[in-house]
Order: sequence, then structure tokens, then C-alpha cells
Amino acid sequence: MADSTLKIGPEAPKENRLGMKALDYQGGKTTLCAGCGHDAVSNQIVRAFYEMSVKPENVAKFSGIGCSSKTPAYFLGRAHGFNAVHGRMPAIATGAILANHKLVGIGVSGDGDTASIGLGQFMHMVRRNIPLIYIIENNGVYGLTKGQFSATADEGSKLKTGVINDLPPMDLCALAVELGCGFVARGFAGDPKQMIAILKAAIAHDGLAVIDVISPCVTFNNHEGSTKGYTYSKEHDELLHQIGFVPAYEQIEVSYEPGEMREVDLPDGSRILLRKLEEDYDPGDALQALNRLHKSVTEGSMLTGLVYLRPEKKSFISLLNVIDRPLWSLGEAETRPPQEALDKIMRELM
Amino acid sequence: MSDTLTATAVLDEPAAAAAPIVNDLTIHVATVNGSGSQSSNNVLMRSIFQMGVPVSGKNMFPSNIAGLPTWFTIRANKDGWIGRKKEVDLMVCMNTQTAREDVEALQPGSLCIYDAPLNCKSMRADVTFYEVPFTKLAGELTQDSRLRKLLTNMIYVGIVAELIGIERDEIVAAITKQFKGKQKAIDPNVQAIDKGLAFARANLPQQNKWRIERMNATKGKIIIDGNAAAAIGAMFGGVTVVTWYPITPSSSLCESLIDYMKQYRINDEGKATFAIVQAEDEIAAVGMVLGAGWAGARSMTATSGPGISLMAEFAGLGYFAEIPGVIWDIERVGPSTGLPTRTAQGDIFEVATLSHGDTQHIALIPHSVSECFDFASEALDLAEMFQTPVFVLSDLDLGMNNWMSDPFTYPTKPYRRGKVLSKEQLEELGGKWGRYLDVDDDGIPFRTLPGTDHPFASYFTRGSGHDDHARYSEKPEVYKATVDRLAKKYETAKRFVPKPVIDRRGGASIGFIAYGTTHYPIEESRHQLRGEHGVEVDYFRLRALPFTEELAQFVAEHERVYVVEQNRDGQMADLIRLELGEAQRKVRKILHYTGLPCDARSVTNAVLQMEEDHELNVLRVGIDPGVHSQVVTED
Repeated sequence: MADSTLKIGPEAPKENRLGMKALDYQGGKTTLCAGCGHDAVSNQIVRAFYEMSVKPENVAKFSGIGCSSKTPAYFLGRAHGFNAVHGRMPAIATGAILANHKLVGIGVSGDGDTASIGLGQFMHMVRRNIPLIYIIENNGVYGLTKGQFSATADEGSKLKTGVINDLPPMDLCALAVELGCGFVARGFAGDPKQMIAILKAAIAHDGLAVIDVISPCVTFNNHEGSTKGYTYSKEHDELLHQIGFVPAYEQIEVSYEPGEMREVDLPDGSRILLRKLEEDYDPGDALQALNRLHKSVTEGSMLTGLVYLRPEKKSFISLLNVIDRPLWSLGEAETRPPQEALDKIMRELM
Repeated sequence: MSDTLTATAVLDEPAAAAAPIVNDLTIHVATVNGSGSQSSNNVLMRSIFQMGVPVSGKNMFPSNIAGLPTWFTIRANKDGWIGRKKEVDLMVCMNTQTAREDVEALQPGSLCIYDAPLNCKSMRADVTFYEVPFTKLAGELTQDSRLRKLLTNMIYVGIVAELIGIERDEIVAAITKQFKGKQKAIDPNVQAIDKGLAFARANLPQQNKWRIERMNATKGKIIIDGNAAAAIGAMFGGVTVVTWYPITPSSSLCESLIDYMKQYRINDEGKATFAIVQAEDEIAAVGMVLGAGWAGARSMTATSGPGISLMAEFAGLGYFAEIPGVIWDIERVGPSTGLPTRTAQGDIFEVATLSHGDTQHIALIPHSVSECFDFASEALDLAEMFQTPVFVLSDLDLGMNNWMSDPFTYPTKPYRRGKVLSKEQLEELGGKWGRYLDVDDDGIPFRTLPGTDHPFASYFTRGSGHDDHARYSEKPEVYKATVDRLAKKYETAKRFVPKPVIDRRGGASIGFIAYGTTHYPIEESRHQLRGEHGVEVDYFRLRALPFTEELAQFVAEHERVYVVEQNRDGQMADLIRLELGEAQRKVRKILHYTGLPCDARSVTNAVLQMEEDHELNVLRVGIDPGVHSQVVTED
């Protein structure tokens, strides 16, 4: 199997452009099970935000309820965090971003939190294109309530107790594509390089970025018969392409043969490079994306990479045409119309 | 024109010879919803208002878009009693579905204008009938069938005007206002008015029982519904994030707000100083409000009972994690879908402790459009000061009906944004602070906002157990200290919520306690009790939860207090009883819960009966024996 990423530019330095160290991006000590995929994802988030030089104080972290939703306490300790109610994180994140659209929002949810109780809010968040990185740490089970199937469990997958799941899985990537999400990706907690590349691109993207990351539950869904464990995932990982991310501040020339590479420009000047593998894949083609996702379900493979990209799609903030200053910071001068305005309204009612 | 079409004045009424009743009558118009009668009724109401006569308009409408019965009641009263009065003086019957019941419900001696095919005159002999061939008259105005239907309704305005003496100029002015100066709409409507006036003059016998005469009691006043008043108040109160999900009777609050904000809150660069989102449901709406409040915005949503039920989980999060946000509840009749287009005060229990676990909420209760305006910004202030969801309890009657009011006063007080630590303050503190530390001993901690540029600004918000530095905790003493501090914060709120309005008459041994729109029947009932029976009753108008110290004091001053409210169980009365201890034996309940606004006479009769019999602790009023319901079922 090919590498999931392209090597571009030098190794990350020991300090980022803000003069901060990776340590400055860490959070509290994890309380999840040893080997949990979610902890790997937390580390990948730390790495991506560090390497992208995003000031942690400018970040707002959101989550719902479940094992995944505990993780915002374990990364970016210098960012405000909000552990909301089950399945309702999109509403909290939406409100917070409306109040302060300068925040870099990152939400961490799970397959239970998103695909069942939170499905409605998830879909409407996608529809609105809230500028937010929305990660689903997907392990096919409810971990915190001790291992019940979730709605993303594959058909035929088996619980430790021997119970077989006979309902079809909800494919959150396909759903996001269908709803016109401008950035849809699937990663694997066991492939940090690919996840970091995806996360960096998501940080650069202006709009909602949905990242469905297969993140094995070592306690309840990592056994033989599970389709979301480490072994199965590694064996069935199918790459859409090799990903390279070139941030806006790096002027790196990448040379490649014609037809070998696709390049996607993000509005902030960053570039995403995608090297073709066996089959050419156009991430701007929603039908191809849905086709490949469906095929992977049928074949039992785990399709990873940048599934769908439409970076030009307008975010909700730009649709609402709000003032550049964060709404929360507006005072009487900006938000209390003058006496004449009230007088006029009153006259109209007389 | 055939003589058979003219009215039949059947009665040899002695009143016909007596002096007319001036500026004191109730007009009840029965139409079919979706027929455009709302415009006509507004014009009728406004033209009386413009003649200087105090007036109110109540729309009783079905949960339906077109085809079901709807009623509009206009009460003109020179003394300014604008609460509902049950007795109808002048009926306008335009709806075949309800004509019989409408006529049967009339008092003997009242007047009834009706559409000729309804043949109402055959139904009763003790009512003065005026038959009008509306279809024929409208046909003389236009051949357009849709317009004909609309103009039919305007014709009855002309008929009523001629019968009771409303001046044509005022009707024309009201039409001009209603159709916002659009000549194309104004002209045919004025023609319809003239058609009605001329027909009545030529064909209907004059009556001299009720007259509208010019007076000077409405000069400088406005007419507005409570929802629009709340919207204006929120706009001037600096709201920046508004979320909503359509539900009767609250939708018009946010819709008005959208209209006003587009007009007055777009800055010079054409950018909005607000964000308004129609959410996917009430859960999302309140979630967005809390997300925005957490990030520092003045945020609000508006809903009704079913929406409040859905918000229960988030209300607990807001209370426990201490996040500001304003929730308007425009109450309607429950439980469940209930009567979605009728009024009630039935969400008191629900809102007071909304959510699981121990919760207590601050709630403001406006009684007038002007308090809707004031409380809109007050609620935003209190939410930020107390870092908690603040509810505003209005109702359909206040929110959707038209009320006369003095113009609203321009707010000059600065916004109160509560205890928020800035970057500079954090630097002064050397970064040492705790999100839930009670440093001021008032139960209200400090917070920081996301995005604050200081390495120690951040904290982790959660609905799970937390210590005073916002760290996860399941320790028994930590949990107890947290919820005890929240109780202390609620105590502090007593000093800041709007105080009750108390009107003492001197020497009264009994008192009324009421809130919201029950104010209007209470004031009129006090007038009746004093004028007709020599009974003085003091009055305590409650304006907020938590209760303030004045409540126990007021009860202590009286032998009995009558809590009057519009729900079945006496929800506020029970909350008051819980508050009072031993004095709770003084509390009596008068309850009106028919879906229609409470009327004064029902309250007066109840008080008289309960004063006769002190053993009576509760009286449920509002339906007189033998009165048939006017409500028609959907199928």
C-alpha cells in the first residue's frame, strides 16, 4: 500500500511561527482507555494546530457527549472548551461562531453523538456551512455506555458478546456530500500523517469541514469480527490519493508530471495537492465521491482521503453579511439605534 | 333596491328612546379565516382609536390557514377598560358556519348586522337585526372574485360606521395606514367603505342605543401588539444573536424583529450588526442562544409552550454551567398541541424549574406592550449579569393582539454586561482566577470569553460536575457547594428583578395578586367591586420570579388574597403558597382557563361569592351555565 501523504517541504521546526512549542498546544491528561484511537486523534490535532501556528487562545473547542466528546479537555488547554449536551454540539458551536466569527472552531463528536441523537443538528450544520472543523471519532459503538452498536456499525459486524449488527451503516461522509458540504474527508486514527494533512487543510478551509475518522475502540470494538478495529482498518484502508498540504505562508514549488497530480486552491492561498493512485479521483465531483463511498461499503473497504472539496462555497457568516467585528464586542454605539429611530417607529404606530 | 333587503327592526325597545350609551361598546365580528377580514377589523379598530376613544382588539382565530371560523372583538371604552368583556353589543355575522351560535350567544337587546343569505333575523326576536346583501354590494364594486371577497369585509366597516357614528375621514385615514399609503389598494377599499355607508344610510333604520363620539383619550398613543413591542425592545436593548423556530403565537416576535433589524441595524457599510437564524427546531434554537451567550453575545429566542418543553435539557445546562441567554415564552393553551391559537398562563410551573435536577430560573412577566419593550432589554441585562437563562413570560393575548399604549421611552442606561474578565484584568490578576469562584459573595462568579488573548483565560465549560476552577469533579462536597452557590445566586437575583407593582386602597382587608394580562380584568374588577358593591381590594401585580420580599409582606397585610390567573391548577398561587409558610392559608385561587382572555365580571362574581363563603379556596370561572361553545371542529 502506498503512503497516504506526500513529503513536501522541510521537517516542522521546534518552534512554530508564533514562537510556540508543541507543548503549548497540549491539554489535560487523558482519562480514556490506553490505546484509544481518540487519544491518537487528539495528538494529531495538537500537531496540526501547532504546525499551522494557530494561536490556541483563538480556538474554541466544542463537543457533545460520549468518549469522543471528552477529548477537547485533552488538547489545546489554552483554548476555551464547551462540552455540550448529547448530539447538540452543532447548535452550541453555531451560536458561539455567530457571536465571534474570528474564533477557529473545532468540534469533536462521535458516531453515537452525531449519527443518532445528533443527526438532525449535524445535517443542518452542514446545510448552513458553519465555519467549523467537525470531527467524528467513529468507532461503531457507544463506548461510554459500554459497547452498544451505533448507527455507523457495519452490517454483519459483531459485538464482543456475539451480537451481530443487521442494520445498514449510516455513512456520514456520503451524507455530508449529499448535503453539499464544502469539505468532506475520512481519516484513520492509525494513520497520523494523513490525519494531520487533512486537519491542516481543514484549518485553512473557510466553511464547515467534516472529518469522519475511524478511531478504534480498544475496549469494546477491537476484536475479531469487528469492522472498526485496528487490524481490520489497517487491512482494508483504501486510499483515494496521496495528500500534500502547502500552507499559504510557504512558497514551495512542487514538481510533478502532467496528469499525475490534482491541485486544489483554498481561498486563503493554501494549496492541497492530491497525487493520483490507481484510479483518477476528482474531489470536486460529488457523484464520483458518492459512487466511491457506496462501492467501498459494498466491498467492505475503508475509503480514506479528501472525499469532497468545494472551497469556494460561501460560509454561513458570509451569507449573513455580518460586520467584521465580533458581534459579542458590539456596544451601545453600534447596536442601539438613535432616539430618532424610536421616534420614527412610534410615529408609524400612532 | 328591494325593500325586503332592508333590516327589520323588530323590537319596540324602550332603550331606543333613552339616551345613547356613548363610547362603551363591544363589537364582535364573525368571519371565515383567510378571507382578509383582519385588515377590515384593524381599520375598524383604528378608526375608533383615531376618534380618541380607548379601544382594544382581540383576534380569536383557528389553527388553520383558510376556511375555518374566526372572530375579532373590538372593545371601545371611554374609561379605558380594555380587557375582554364577554357581552357583545354589536355583532357582525359573516360566517354561515357559526351564524346560529353567534346569534344565540347574544344578549337580548343587542344589534346584529348579517349577510343576507344567513337569514339571522329568523333566529331570534329579541335582537335588532340589520340585513345587508354583501355579495350584491361587492359585485357592484368589482368583477374580480378575489377582490370582491376582500371588499365584502370592508363594506361591513362602512355599515358599522354609519350605525354607530364613526367618522368617514378617520376610516379613510385608517385605511391609508393599513395599506401603507399604496393608492392602488386604498382606492377600492375606500369605495367599499362608501358603499357600506351609503347602503346603511339609505336602507337601514338608525339606532340610538350605542354611539361612538369623538373624545380625546388616545392622542399621542400608539397601537401595537406585544410581540412587536418585544422585538423593538430587544433591538434597542442590543440583542445581536437571535434564533427561532416558527410556532404560534411567538413567530411574529422574531418576524417583527427581522423587519426592524433590517431597517435599523445595518451599519453604514451595509453590514449587519446582528445574526438571526431560523433554526431546525427549538432545541437548536436554544442551543445557539447558549452558544452565543457563552461567547459573549446578547442572545435570545422566542417560542411557546411546546418549544419550552423541548428546551428543557439545554435550560438545565444553561443554569448549571452558568450561561446567559433570553427565552421568550409566548404562552398558549396546553398541554401538548392544546389550543395553539388561544391564550393561557399555563407555563408557570414549567418555566420556573425547567429541566431535570434542582433548577430555578429567573423569569420576567410583562403585562403590557410597554413592559414587553422594557423587559426585552432588562432580560438581556439580567441574563448577562446572572450568567443564566432568563425567561420572559408573555401570552398570546398580549403578544398577538393589538394594544393601546403610550409611546415607548428611549433607553438611556448602558447595557449591563456582567462579570467578564478582560485580558487586562487577567494580567492584573496574574492569571489567577477561577471560573466558578464566588469572589464577591453574591453567588455570581466571573467568566472569560473565548478568544481572550491571555494564556490563562481559558476554562472548560461542561454540564457535568465541576469545581470552582471548572475542573471535572464528582466529589460530594464540590457538587453540594456548586448547587448551593447557585441557590445563593438566585437569592441575589431577588434584589435585581423588576419589583411588583402594588396599589393599596387604604383599609382594604383583601387583596388581588395577578400577573401578565390578567391585570386588565383585575383593574376593571376592582372598579366594579368598589363602584357596585363598595368592596375595596388592594392589588399586587407580580412582575418576576424569584419572588421578592414584598410578596410575604403584602399577604401579611391582608386577611385573604385572591390569586387570579389563567390556568387550571393555580400554578402561581401554588408557587406563592410554597413561598409563604403558615400564611399560605390566606391564599385563594380564581382560575380562568377557557382559551379566551379572562374577563372582569367573572372575577368580580367570584370574589363576591368567595367573600360570602370563606371556606371556598378555589373558584374556576369563565363559562356561564348554558352557554354554548363557539368552537367548530375541523372536520
